Amino acid sequence: MIVAKRKPLEQIEGFLEGAERVLVVGCGTCVAVCMAGGEKEVEILAEQLRMRAKLAGRRQQIDEVTVTRQCDREYFAPLAACVDQYDLLLSTACGAGVQFLAERFDHKPVLPALNTLFIGVAEGPGVWSQRCTACADCILDQTGGICPMTMCAKNLLNGPCGGTNHGKCEVDGTKDCAWTLIYRRLEKLGRLDLLKKIQLPKDYSVATKPARFTHEAFQKAENQEP
Amino acid sequence: MGVPFRQACQEKKFVITAEIGPPKGTDIEPLIHHIELLKDKVDGLNVTDNQSSVMRVSSMAVCRLILDHGGEPILQLTCRDRNRLALQSELLSAWVLGIRNVLCLTGDYVTVGDHPQAKPVFDLDSVQLLVTVSGMNEGKDLAGNDLQGKTDFFAGAVVTPEADPIEPQIIKFHKKIAAGAQFFQTQAIYDLDNFKRFLDRAQPNGVKLLAGIVLLVSAGMARYMNKNVPGIMVPDHLIDRLASAPKGKAIEMGIQIAGEMIRKIRDEKLCDGVHIMAIGKEERVPDILRTAE
Ligand code: SF4
Ligand code: SF4
Repeated sequence: MIVAKRKPLEQIEGFLEGAERVLVVGCGTCVAVCMAGGEKEVEILAEQLRMRAKLAGRRQQIDEVTVTRQCDREYFAPLAACVDQYDLLLSTACGAGVQFLAERFDHKPVLPALNTLFIGVAEGPGVWSQRCTACADCILDQTGGICPMTMCAKNLLNGPCGGTNHGKCEVDGTKDCAWTLIYRRLEKLGRLDLLKKIQLPKDYSVATKPARFTHEAFQKAENQEP
Repeated sequence: MGVPFRQACQEKKFVITAEIGPPKGTDIEPLIHHIELLKDKVDGLNVTDNQSSVMRVSSMAVCRLILDHGGEPILQLTCRDRNRLALQSELLSAWVLGIRNVLCLTGDYVTVGDHPQAKPVFDLDSVQLLVTVSGMNEGKDLAGNDLQGKTDFFAGAVVTPEADPIEPQIIKFHKKIAAGAQFFQTQAIYDLDNFKRFLDRAQPNGVKLLAGIVLLVSAGMARYMNKNVPGIMVPDHLIDRLASAPKGKAIEMGIQIAGEMIRKIRDEKLCDGVHIMAIGKEERVPDILRTAE
């Protein structure tokens, strides 16, 4: 899932300057799971903003709504009816969702309430960690299911740097050295032969931005579009 | 001018290299002084590449200055600041400037240096950089294109004998050899028994291996390195010796220790030579060498 966290309240409040009617738009998928921009968080954020406005003596109407997903057009339909009543939309989706909302309602300013952090997993209650940087050519088959592109600060592909430190990474001593983890995993799996193979440089052209992908089943349909 | 480093590695029983750090700024007077001081005393002068991620004069420029002054430079090239285009361009440029030796490293991470906000590159890693050099020596760039005029670099790499765990380090060591490394300069070693154990396991056959000697200037520095520099382990008995030195004389003890280590490595034929890193105290390298005699 995509993991995000809310921007500082002061920054968000700054975005709203001059807007009389604001709609906070939540997203019910990834950012709801990581407790950054789901229905509950939207409620809290809207309430905080209302309180700030009141304390500052500003006349500001702040409403809230949460859609299932902001990265899917179909969920925007119910918004269409009410968007025009607002001066500004504040999205608590990930960066992709914010853009999609802004694209759909391009006559209104749409501003981000979150900082999008990474693609990751829930390590424990309230703790998420990055696992994948979407390199478009997954090599987890070679590395015991541990991603060196993401888990190694230098995204090395051929083993640990000289800074590996009793299982920790020289770059941040609180984090594990990915290559020590990979070594231990491959040892456990009896696949140290994989570690002995020279990995050639990665092909970054396959990850050229912005990426786009059409599922095979839909390719024909897309080609036929005028 | 002495013999090329490659030839020294082939002919000499004990090879000595030393490290020089480029200046941060345009004042090269002290640098030239160090080059003059060391060029005839060692078989090669390593020039660091934005060492510790601190921005400085480039390794290539200083290598050329060393050539101008009649020394034998070893270009250090890291993967931190350049993608594969820039690395290969740097290699071609070094070659046409007369630089014949290259040490391929991963490089420190950017956040340890003086521009922690910089974007780290790491397009290649050290093994892939060695593969690149080997290809260019065969007249091909990394994309398989023919070069008009090939390089013939004497390529080297580093290894950390005190790395923990050591097994993946040794696997990478052999990958570096397979990728074309012909010589190795190790991270600093202080415990020769550990070093012997490493050599037993690593079996550095067919390559030249120079043991890294970092000059200790005080007990505090030794303790600091033990705590903060991964892969470096200064044993307590050396720290005690540094601590026992009279005030202001710890560096003399450090020189003594470095000299003794070099002597032992040479007399016991542990490996093919040493690489002296005096980090900021280049003017004391001749003293270390004298103590080692
Ligand atoms: S190799 Fe790593 S970054 Fe690439 S797709 Fe697999 S998990 Fe993601
Ligand atoms: S210490 Fe390990 S995780 Fe950190 S940069 Fe080096 S190899 Fe990568």
